[in-house]
Amino acid sequence: MTYIAKPVFHHPSLKENALGFTRRDYEGKVSTLCAGCGHDSISAAIVQACFEIDLEPHRLAKLSGIGCSSKTPDYFLGASHGFNTVHGRMPSVLTGANLANRELIYLGVSGDGDSASIGLGQFAHAMRRGVNMAYIVENNGVYGLTKGQFSATADRGSKSKKGAVNHDSGIDLVAMALQLGATFVARSFSGDKDQLVPLIKAALRHKGAAFIDVISPCIAFNNHAGSTKSFDWVREHNEAVNKLDVMVGRAPMTAQYAPGEVVTVQQHDGTVLALRKVAADYDPTDRTQAMAFLAERNAAGEVVTGLLYIDPEAEDLHDSLGTVQTALNRLSDAELVPGSAALDKVNAALR
Amino acid sequence: MRAISAVNDFVVKFANVNGSGSASANGLFVKAILRSGVPVAARNIFPSNIQGLPTWYEVRVSGDGWLGRRGGVDLMVAMNPQTWDRDVAEIDPGGYLFYDSTKPLPPSKFRDDVNIVGLPLTELCNSAYAEPSQRKVLKNIIYLGALTHLLGIDPAVVEALLSEEYASKPKLIPANIEALGIGLEYARSHMPPLGLQLKKSDAVGDRIFVDGNTAAALGAVYGGASVCAWYPITPSTSLAEAFTSYCKKLRTDADGKAKYAIVQAEDEIASIGIVVGAGWNGARAFTCTSGPGISLMQEFIGLSYFAEIPAVIFDVQRGGPSTGMPTRTQQSDILTCAYASHGDTKHVLLLPEGPGECFEFGAAAFDLADRLQTTVFVMLDLDMGMNEWLTAPFTWDDSKSLDRGKVMTAEMLEAGADFGRYLDVDGDGVPYRTYPATHPSKGAYFTRGTSRDRYARYSEEGGVYVDNMERLLRKFDTAKQLVPPPLSRRAKKQTPYGVIFYGSTSPAMDEALEQLEGQGLHLDAMRIRAFPFPGQVFDFIASHELVFVVEQNRDGQLRSLLINEGGVDPARLVKVTHYDGTPITARFIAGELKARMGSTGAAAQGEMAK
Repeated sequence: MTYIAKPVFHHPSLKENALGFTRRDYEGKVSTLCAGCGHDSISAAIVQACFEIDLEPHRLAKLSGIGCSSKTPDYFLGASHGFNTVHGRMPSVLTGANLANRELIYLGVSGDGDSASIGLGQFAHAMRRGVNMAYIVENNGVYGLTKGQFSATADRGSKSKKGAVNHDSGIDLVAMALQLGATFVARSFSGDKDQLVPLIKAALRHKGAAFIDVISPCIAFNNHAGSTKSFDWVREHNEAVNKLDVMVGRAPMTAQYAPGEVVTVQQHDGTVLALRKVAADYDPTDRTQAMAFLAERNAAGEVVTGLLYIDPEAEDLHDSLGTVQTALNRLSDAELVPGSAALDKVNAALR
Repeated sequence: MRAISAVNDFVVKFANVNGSGSASANGLFVKAILRSGVPVAARNIFPSNIQGLPTWYEVRVSGDGWLGRRGGVDLMVAMNPQTWDRDVAEIDPGGYLFYDSTKPLPPSKFRDDVNIVGLPLTELCNSAYAEPSQRKVLKNIIYLGALTHLLGIDPAVVEALLSEEYASKPKLIPANIEALGIGLEYARSHMPPLGLQLKKSDAVGDRIFVDGNTAAALGAVYGGASVCAWYPITPSTSLAEAFTSYCKKLRTDADGKAKYAIVQAEDEIASIGIVVGAGWNGARAFTCTSGPGISLMQEFIGLSYFAEIPAVIFDVQRGGPSTGMPTRTQQSDILTCAYASHGDTKHVLLLPEGPGECFEFGAAAFDLADRLQTTVFVMLDLDMGMNEWLTAPFTWDDSKSLDRGKVMTAEMLEAGADFGRYLDVDGDGVPYRTYPATHPSKGAYFTRGTSRDRYARYSEEGGVYVDNMERLLRKFDTAKQLVPPPLSRRAKKQTPYGVIFYGSTSPAMDEALEQLEGQGLHLDAMRIRAFPFPGQVFDFIASHELVFVVEQNRDGQLRSLLINEGGVDPARLVKVTHYDGTPITARFIAGELKARMGSTGAAAQGEMAK
């Protein structure tokens, strides 16, 4: 199987984006993950997405937790500041970073162990607070770095490489994100770049908590028969609700759509999302319907992918806190320190 | 029978049931004394509970201005039948018992050696008020009225305070003044004033009355903190609440927008995670917590130390270990904070003595955290943090600017500066950092808790690792010159004895030293204000034969730290500890030191045996 993403990007295209950057400008160090790892495909998709939305590489901050997936931010966007935090706690660090400077784009990269086991609490609270970020979980259902233990997203009844059967219910982070109030919820597959790249583009441009669960098979420990996170299984059970095209700025809509085939949604920043319907009557702006649809297809054994929910008018944590537009880390001494006259008044009130 | 006679020097203890509305009446009592120009130290002793359990409020009236807990009780205002026996037992012989005499109590419930003052409180209250809610609240004001007469407090002062207290609800003022009058009139016509009397003075001056948590929160505002993440835990909660309230007043722009962000996080781990994220991104950030929170934050504190990210933690210490005594005071997180997290770590601790330094150190902590790029702890305790203290007004030097430490800018990068995130360019162990998004192509690096080289490249090579760990030690050495130095006070006579103390022990220590001096017992004293210890600390120890280390924990944690960091002979440092959860008293310190100075050899040997 040729799922190694690297070759594509080791032949730099001369094509430049609107800012004059080539794809190479969005790459990072050479990956040390296993050959064929789904995570490398996701890194490649992130590079492609950032290139296509004309992002200044240094205006993005990439944060991760601990695990195979969390190592990947070193492998893309080398001109961006990155932070490999502690296990399961990336969401809080990203939240703090975002509070300090609302002007950057925040990309959180995590895994299923990192977000669904040790970090389930922080995952949940970052979603419900509406932290403005794109949060990608590279979901393989297994602990790779410690060699093959089940993670919390492994489905009940799935088999480990050594033949053990998982008896615990699998956690569906997409269903949780929907319930918790995330305002952009999607699922994709590391093996479907055409679907994944537009989702990442849209998530990066979304204001609010954007979550993408990317099924990303573990070549070394979870790609065998009996696993529900293998390439074969996901291919066979993938049920896409829509295909997404993302139009940034004033780029003309070039794709041709048949009448009734497409739903367009405009995000806060003007990005237009054109969703080509695959599942009939699926409305991605209806949270309740999304949750019901997901539960129903899940029961039928399908892996639902696509942009499952979007609130294009979402507010973020800064809106709820009513913070100033200026990044807090740029406030001057005069804006931060009230001074001695104000202190005299404080003193007077304490007598 | 003896009746204690004292002017402006006595202890009144109120025994109440929590949730009974006594707190505001007791607060008024204290303010009335302060308004009379007489210094007061007041302490709440409360349970981890909202309604129905015993609570005490201990008020020390001290014309001489002693603010530590004295020990002993001269007047017990016994309003809680649950704790009657122990409250009565606590009164000093010759002291006074003030109680509700509505229902007669058998003689066995009293003591022969204390003076009994009975006020038919329930009867007075019930005949004046029919509504239960009125009865509950105004009952407290009635006893306040009686105390006003008994202690010689000017009723006009109390009335003025009541009017100020209810300025926002003026309808309540007449009812309160009436209730005050009921108690006052009954006492006037039935009871002679006590031997304990208040005399107007001018010993309060321009001092303010404030708790340490409020002061620390204000310090954080003045220190430029713009991000606060916290999780509710006694006794630190009021620090975050005070920060919120001061930010609303002092940090809101003309459009009503907040120049700050405060998040009540889901737990202490997320709190410190948010702080670390904000610190990494160039904002000044803090959390406030207590011992259990520190336990939870360990992993992030290690990340802050190793990845070198500024953070400030206010630890308002309570009785540990585990849930311990959540509403009692201790200085028992010293070691866990000094060496927090796994691996070899050391952290800066600031040790304020009271609200004045809570404000000062609370602001300075952010400069230090940025300068040293690490976690700085400000160590309060429940006694300091939650009780109001009479203290000098806060001051601020407007010419001072915030010290952001070594931050490499786009201009510096453009000019060709060699940026190594962990490169020691100045020999002080402190490298330069860049904020995210500083420059389009220079200065980005990958922050991680794993070992890496001077240019932030991942490496597990032994030499590279050791190089970095040694630099961190150099940095910690640099901190010694930056932290608040210890303050020492020489005895009037040459002495082989020294005493070291810190934090809220301070007021009790000052008083104890004066008492001892009066008895001809001399000690040089040093108050430590920070860790790492500057050299003077060890010079002080070296210049005395025996040094007592007075602390409010069981194991003598600061003493252990002194021994460990300074290679001090343990036999020369004598542990004096008070850790029952109540604030240390001058009586305790003076008693312990006196006993041990009398048997020097035994004390030294005893310590050596340990």
